[in-house]
Amino acid sequence: MNSRRRQAIERGSGGAPLRETAQQKVTRLARLRRDGGVLRDYRAPHWDEPLIMEMSTAGERGIVVPPVEDAVHEAVGDAAGYIPAGARRREAPALPELAQHQVLRHYLRLSQETLGMDLGSDIGEGTCTMKYSPKVHEELVRHHKAADLHPLQDEDTLQGLLEIVYECGEYLKEISGMDAITLQPGGGSHAVFTNACVMRAYFAARGELPQRNEMITTIFSHPCDAATPMVAGFKVVTVMPDHNGYPDLEAVKAAVSERTVGCMITNPEDTGIYNPRIDEYVKVIHDAGGLCFTDQANANGILGIARARDAGFDACHFNLHKTFSSPHGCEGPATGAYLVCDELAKYLPVPLVTKAGDKFHLDYDRPESIGKVRGFLGNWMGVIRAYAWIRSLGPDGLREVAEISVLNNNYLDRLLMAIRGVSRPYAEGHRRLDQVRYSLATLKEETGVGTEDVHDRMVDFGVQSYWMSHHPWVVPEPFTPEPCETYSKADLDEWAAVIKRVSDEAYADPAIVKQAPHDSSIAKMARLEALEEPKQWAFTWRAYQRKIKEER
Amino acid sequence: MTSKPFIHPYIPNAAPVSKQAMLAELGLESVEEIYAEIPERLRFRGRLNIPEPILAECDLERHMMELLNRNVSSQEYLNFCGAGCWQHYVPAIVDEVINRAEFLSAYCGGPYSDLGKYQARFEFNSQLGELLDLDGVANPIYDWGDVAGRSFRMAGRITGRKRVLVPRTMSSMRLAEARTLCQPQVMPTHIDLEAVDYDPLTGRMDLEDLERRLADDVAAVYYESPGYLGFIESGAAQIAKIAHQHGALAIAGVDPVTLGVLTPPGALGADIACGDIQPLGMHMHAGGGCSGFIAFRDDDPVFASECPLELYTLLETEVAGEYAVAEAIAERTSYGLRDQGKDWVGTASGLWTIAAAVYMAVMGPQGFRELGETCIARAHYAALRLGELPGVEIGLSPAFFKEFVVNFDGTGKTVAAINKALLGKGVFGGKDLSGEFPELGQSALCCVTECHGQAQIDRLVTSVKEVVA
Repeated sequence: MNSRRRQAIERGSGGAPLRETAQQKVTRLARLRRDGGVLRDYRAPHWDEPLIMEMSTAGERGIVVPPVEDAVHEAVGDAAGYIPAGARRREAPALPELAQHQVLRHYLRLSQETLGMDLGSDIGEGTCTMKYSPKVHEELVRHHKAADLHPLQDEDTLQGLLEIVYECGEYLKEISGMDAITLQPGGGSHAVFTNACVMRAYFAARGELPQRNEMITTIFSHPCDAATPMVAGFKVVTVMPDHNGYPDLEAVKAAVSERTVGCMITNPEDTGIYNPRIDEYVKVIHDAGGLCFTDQANANGILGIARARDAGFDACHFNLHKTFSSPHGCEGPATGAYLVCDELAKYLPVPLVTKAGDKFHLDYDRPESIGKVRGFLGNWMGVIRAYAWIRSLGPDGLREVAEISVLNNNYLDRLLMAIRGVSRPYAEGHRRLDQVRYSLATLKEETGVGTEDVHDRMVDFGVQSYWMSHHPWVVPEPFTPEPCETYSKADLDEWAAVIKRVSDEAYADPAIVKQAPHDSSIAKMARLEALEEPKQWAFTWRAYQRKIKEER
Repeated sequence: MTSKPFIHPYIPNAAPVSKQAMLAELGLESVEEIYAEIPERLRFRGRLNIPEPILAECDLERHMMELLNRNVSSQEYLNFCGAGCWQHYVPAIVDEVINRAEFLSAYCGGPYSDLGKYQARFEFNSQLGELLDLDGVANPIYDWGDVAGRSFRMAGRITGRKRVLVPRTMSSMRLAEARTLCQPQVMPTHIDLEAVDYDPLTGRMDLEDLERRLADDVAAVYYESPGYLGFIESGAAQIAKIAHQHGALAIAGVDPVTLGVLTPPGALGADIACGDIQPLGMHMHAGGGCSGFIAFRDDDPVFASECPLELYTLLETEVAGEYAVAEAIAERTSYGLRDQGKDWVGTASGLWTIAAAVYMAVMGPQGFRELGETCIARAHYAALRLGELPGVEIGLSPAFFKEFVVNFDGTGKTVAAINKALLGKGVFGGKDLSGEFPELGQSALCCVTECHGQAQIDRLVTSVKEVVA
């Protein structure tokens, strides 16, 4: 071991002297490990793997389906005889033909070419709460006692599942302060849509539709807070931030009227700024006769700290795949928990899980319900995991989750704000809670390197690319990290060092960043006109062959 | 908590050395100083009233299994219930792939960090496109009922019309989901869903009634094949033709697992197809295995432009012969345009698309054909044997795929009572249809797949025989 490496190890990343400035610290960290820093000399797996449709050999097969028994055939004859003329497929589908190991190897290679979250520190995906999903949960949901259940089984044979769902609902009610819950929505946005439908039912019952037809949201609330009330049939009024980044209270006051259905807003918003006057906004809406919903997709920073109901909200939701630890699964399957106050409970979708004595029931007899938002019961894999996660942490553990998330975020903030080209718009002097929306506008101005370039470069260091922002980009050249409780101090140091390194590169030689990635599973993407041009886009291999290959 | 700080295995920075170092870096005494951002009147000052933690993973697992063991799975009882969530065999290789940590944990990373996720998605879309005989396949979302409603809205946007005709045989649950999306009548942007009668002998759509209801305000005619009640809709091509004659779109609701033997919607003139990919390699998960797809013709860009779900296109890279995959025309979604977008998109069922990609690849054209033949033969065998029992009759079509209607009127017993009694024999009976379709009397929708061999079917028949005797 050379002396420089020994020194680096002895010094360690945690033992840095406190008199070191944040700037000095990230400079020190933004070096490769072998130079005493925390950056990784990473190389992405590259398998040069064809598309599976190109890998077919006629006659190969991946699995055998049980054949029809002789006695069955004798009794009923050929299956083909039951297919009416015209309904019988003439040409076999052009699916690939491969033996089983070849299929397995192909998808294992694709999995290796996926950094995901378990391998790559996923600190950058703010608004997504990329936390560790305990592996023991996966053993539970894969067990046949969870995986091989039919949703319409007699409820006597689903008592374990119903108990988990009921109790998990009780915990979430306690965490939010709300009175009733459904776990039917198939994701966070779906829970938000459910809210728009519940508000619709509430005003329909009062005979106030369609006169009341305007939903108020804010630009820093998730896009679904604007899109789902539109789908429910409402007009949407979007409030912009004031100079401090808070939703403009005067604009909210000006927006409310006898047409106001309510509001659907986030707090803290995507900026990570907690709105300390949130209850005043709620009051303004309530005074106009409207209802108030808060989008708590990522509630990580406020578990056990603040509750939606205490701020006056009538309804809220949680994403179980964010705050409550379900793995994100390449964007699902997910579960949305939607909670309401007593007054709105009768409108929740059916069925609700109820308890009588020691028995749990599915209650369909709810005449004022909005009906269904998702088929059957919902996706309760997420509920099994959320229940297990809450049980493993308990009341103090949940609070610890919140506190460490907020501490991690502020620590990372200190490191990032020491990096040239990084700024944090709005609310100077106020600390953010669980995430921060930063801007690289200065970097862009001074080097020509923008946030998308940085996004593509950082993966060369073995960390997951970051989330920039929802559209529109109110904050220019944005990025939004959310370093939840999962990440260690060393992880945060590494992440900040990546951003520092890319910033240094941008100032020294912007082409390095502009031409990135340099070490991904693929080269820089081309034929980008296919992203917008009907003659070029190909959503399937058959379309690609028809449009592009034929043309050539 | 005890005075000694507990460091939870999921929270590394609970370790005092890290926590103190971070607080020191920030010049803070405690995290409470950060929470000063929340005014006192909005703070929760109690301790959450939830159970104390089960800290040891070993104990947690035991506790969870004690709960889950109160369920009875379809590995323990014979299950003949489908009705939109079906028990098909899930090849072990499917679970192996989707339980890979990379796929299981990935989320929104781009193609440079998560290439494999994008390629697997594209391979899902491409293979489903082959089954459906359609060029455009979008990224799936919640389930069949949801995508049916979204397809109706999509047709409404394309045609500028506000009425959709649906089969009266549609599942009430699926219809309820679609209605939620199509809004109540009081809303100005409501889409009217109107049921078309069915032929009481076969279950197929009544084409005369369809013609009667069609007018120039109809955005789309929606049909299902197989229908919810199991029958094969042999009039599909005719339905599409009639719809087109009135300037309406034809939307097909299909179970993709049938398409190794049944004519695909693309070949029958459907403009849009929707359905559920759950039968393509998903465990039932008490309904959590469901995931709805939308596919469409791509000879006119209006379909892609009005599709509410994410679309992924094949790209190339700077290296000749190398492919990439990325999201196309993203601007039109809610992520691009908020309330001006096409409905909304969100986290839905990504992992299931990868499962289905693996499933379709191992099945291949041969596997799908054999699966179709096995389902059809065994379902008809089950129907034949059940129909021989006194008081039991098989209703509707003589041509079905894996589900069929069993009528118990002649036994004098209700489906509810029969199913309760079957439970005692370790059998989950078919879905009780008496609430949804009173005109079918005491009928159940029975489902038979490749998971049920002759021995299992014979056990069902014997059990029913004993119960109705």
